[in-house]
Amino acid sequence: MSAGTAKLNVTVAEVKPINDLVTRFKFIRTDGGELPTFSGGAHTVVEMQDDGFTRLNPYSLMSDPADRDAYMISVRRDDQGRGGSKFMHSKVAEGLEMVISNPVNLFSLDLRAKKHLMIAGGIGITPFMAQMQQLAATNGHFELHYSVRTASLGSYAEQLSERFPNRVNIYHDDLGQAIDLENLLIGQPLGTHIYICGPKGMIDWVRGKAAALGWPREAIHYEEFLAPASGKPFEVRLAISNKTIQVGENQSLLEALEANDVDAPYLCRGGACGQCETAVVECDGELIHRDHWLSDEQHRAGKLIMPCVSRFDGKTLVLDR
Amino acid sequence: MSKTDFPLSIDSRPVYGVFEMRAGKHHLMIADAEGAEALLDLATAAPADLWAKTHIIYIPKTTGKKYLGKLQALSPDQFYAGPSYEAAKQRIADTFSKAHMGLQVYLAGTEGLMGQAMYAATSAGIPHTAIQTEHRGSTARRMQCVHCKGITEDVTHDPFICSHCGLNLFVRDHYSRRMAAFQGVCIDAEDPGNVPKSVGLFK
Amino acid sequence: MTIQFNDETFRDDFSFKNSPAAIKRFPFPFHEDSYMYSVNLEPHTKTRPGSPFEFAFDVDEHYVSEMKDRAVTLADDPLRCQSLPHMTLAGWDLLEYIMEAKARDYPDLFSLTKDGNIWHWENKPLEIDQTFIFLDESTLPYGPMEYITRQTQGDFALLDQRDDNLWLDAGMITSQADWSLDFNVGMNFFEWHAPVPKANEMGIFVRALKFLLNLQQGAPARRLNWTMTVNPLLDTSPENYHKWGPMKTGLTIENIGSKQYLRVELQTLFRLPRSNAIAFPIRAYLCRFEDLMTVPKWGRRLHRVLRDIPDELATYKGFIDNKPLMLEYLSRFDDGAPTSDGIWPDEA
Ligand code: HEM
Ligand code: FES
Repeated sequence: MSAGTAKLNVTVAEVKPINDLVTRFKFIRTDGGELPTFSGGAHTVVEMQDDGFTRLNPYSLMSDPADRDAYMISVRRDDQGRGGSKFMHSKVAEGLEMVISNPVNLFSLDLRAKKHLMIAGGIGITPFMAQMQQLAATNGHFELHYSVRTASLGSYAEQLSERFPNRVNIYHDDLGQAIDLENLLIGQPLGTHIYICGPKGMIDWVRGKAAALGWPREAIHYEEFLAPASGKPFEVRLAISNKTIQVGENQSLLEALEANDVDAPYLCRGGACGQCETAVVECDGELIHRDHWLSDEQHRAGKLIMPCVSRFDGKTLVLDR
Repeated sequence: MSKTDFPLSIDSRPVYGVFEMRAGKHHLMIADAEGAEALLDLATAAPADLWAKTHIIYIPKTTGKKYLGKLQALSPDQFYAGPSYEAAKQRIADTFSKAHMGLQVYLAGTEGLMGQAMYAATSAGIPHTAIQTEHRGSTARRMQCVHCKGITEDVTHDPFICSHCGLNLFVRDHYSRRMAAFQGVCIDAEDPGNVPKSVGLFK
Repeated sequence: MTIQFNDETFRDDFSFKNSPAAIKRFPFPFHEDSYMYSVNLEPHTKTRPGSPFEFAFDVDEHYVSEMKDRAVTLADDPLRCQSLPHMTLAGWDLLEYIMEAKARDYPDLFSLTKDGNIWHWENKPLEIDQTFIFLDESTLPYGPMEYITRQTQGDFALLDQRDDNLWLDAGMITSQADWSLDFNVGMNFFEWHAPVPKANEMGIFVRALKFLLNLQQGAPARRLNWTMTVNPLLDTSPENYHKWGPMKTGLTIENIGSKQYLRVELQTLFRLPRSNAIAFPIRAYLCRFEDLMTVPKWGRRLHRVLRDIPDELATYKGFIDNKPLMLEYLSRFDDGAPTSDGIWPDEA
């Protein structure tokens, strides 16, 4: 069965700047009906029609998962990026009709946890906002540690501190505040699960420290969405559809497949879910792997590629699509 | 690779390994009978400061005093030797309830002991894949009767008679971590009384 | 009411019976003249009005009697329904999914009205009228999964998704093909499938799991599975094997047509939104050989499938001893004529 996701037609109901970098978007169903509920940590894939070109970017849902009237996402402007966030910031206004996917959760809570320890950096706060509302409604035991650059760039920090005064700890980089990670980890009762969402450096730091302190891998959850990176344009031959296609500088391989009407499955579009895995038939050149799905060994073997984030540099690439 | 050579089996049947030293501020080791040898083997490779962070719970069963002295000589932070798993159960539950993340768990000895301690550990929130096991000693099985739900310990023969309801049960390889037991199913259900001769399969 | 519910039993005097209409819509599981395990998953979309695939949850003439049988089984052995503590939210998910689907698809039988979190559920066939607070267990007589599955045909498993696997952490299992919920609770996809022959080596479970881990909200899937049962028994549990096992030995060429049943499971898979768990309803349909033979295509095909089935499968499914007798009976209905593709009877 081909993947792709069940879609929802929505209308932008509100566009609200949160600070210099982050803007919040609210979607309601265009037909006025209820939206599906979701589980904290889920994302939706937003379709953007940008100058005749379709861009699909995943964003974590941050609204109350039980709220069926509206979904909310927050988008951080990335001037270096390929333009998805710029599109959201500059072209999306109240009243615009858009298409988004049904919620998909690749960062779900382990509901067996005796305690949920959440560690957020920057815009990584958004999935936790939904998770905290879910847990608050079901008497879950959670605690948030949230690092922000400055108070003014700390999206939702104040609001969260007010709502959950005993469970939220904010750290301001500009004031030299940092999470005392070692002591935080040592003190956790058996059955605690850690969730990390933020920059790669933060994820690696927490995972490394936890592993060194003997935490089991299964108790550590993290979400790192890669935005597909730009790169040198390249050409790909598709063995099944018998086409040769060009991948542009600001386009991912997956987007190029879609632009050429090639049926290509996906879920996360961020190198995490494995759904887009594609066999490499022939490769004369270097695969630039950027996913977290394949193992290092599989990366080296060069028999598989994840088109949502990975690229190619060289003479010939033939894929099994 | 397991020290005991078990025949290849189905996916629900647990497989056991050989202890390796793991990072952690606290270590809990639960063993019965010849399981003591797994701890003593670990001691030959482990750094000396391991034992000062270690709590050993040991049930000698038929080995009596054989390993007690050697285990105590490791000078663990806490040492307990008791007559049965039942007797040690409260102590084990208490240890888990007071423990913190990072606790390393090592289980050694018979399948029945490892299975029951594994269940206590997973109930406390440690994933089963993070718990080390090393099989030593008897291969007798802890069996659950699927009909009356009673557990028969130390089963060495197949088929065997359920110690609770008296049905003739055959020994399956299907294993439940939650029961810490293999499954026993009536062997003469379709032809009552037609029971094959019982064979000693486990020692 | 549009459906006439049968008054029938699945034990003791076995008065269970399919009406001609029920036979015609029976989900015969073989789309060709042979059978082997495969990753036979397809979208669970509305197909063929009147068939068991028309709605998310099929309600048929056996509904009321099946629910009575389930209540008897549960009274006898409450361990057939279990839910580990972290699965309560998935139970509410399931309750919500079923109530919304049934009220939408069978408005003359079921209704659901919501006033915020105060829900009013009416189940006319079972004469239930319940007002409760959604997500508040104290307002229902049972936990949410048990409550709704005492009112829904078929067994139910709820799977928690974590560590790239599915975990059988809750279920209502009273009409299973010889496996124990009590024993299997807490196992993962590979562990609970461990006793199945061949399928693992064929790579079926690895591929099926990969598919399920990516199962999406709003895009349910389904597959058919089957086995053989002597007498219209729903409770073919291992727990009671010593009680129903002896029935398997009483078949003769004279009575096999009326006593031997093909038992088909319509298995569906739904991603549950609030918990991210997966619901796996296993709906069993029973049809005795005699009734199946009223459809010539099915008679021919069943004979060919059973004739060629590997012994390992016949042993696992528990009918190897009766297979010769089945073939003797079925061969009379196979004239060697070709059969059409697909599972449905040929249109007259
Ligand atoms: C995710 C939900 C599922 C659950 C809870 C489930 C559960 C089970 C159980 C309990 C058994 C009996 C094993 C025994 O003998 O003890 C079984 C058998 C089997 N399952 Fe699944 N299963 C699921 C999904 C699937 C899927 C998606 C496939 C796809 C290929 C599959 C293929 C099979 C097969 C081929 C058998 C053997 C059946 C027979 O020959 O009668 N299962 N399943
Ligand atoms: S779409 Fe998820 S890994 Fe590529």
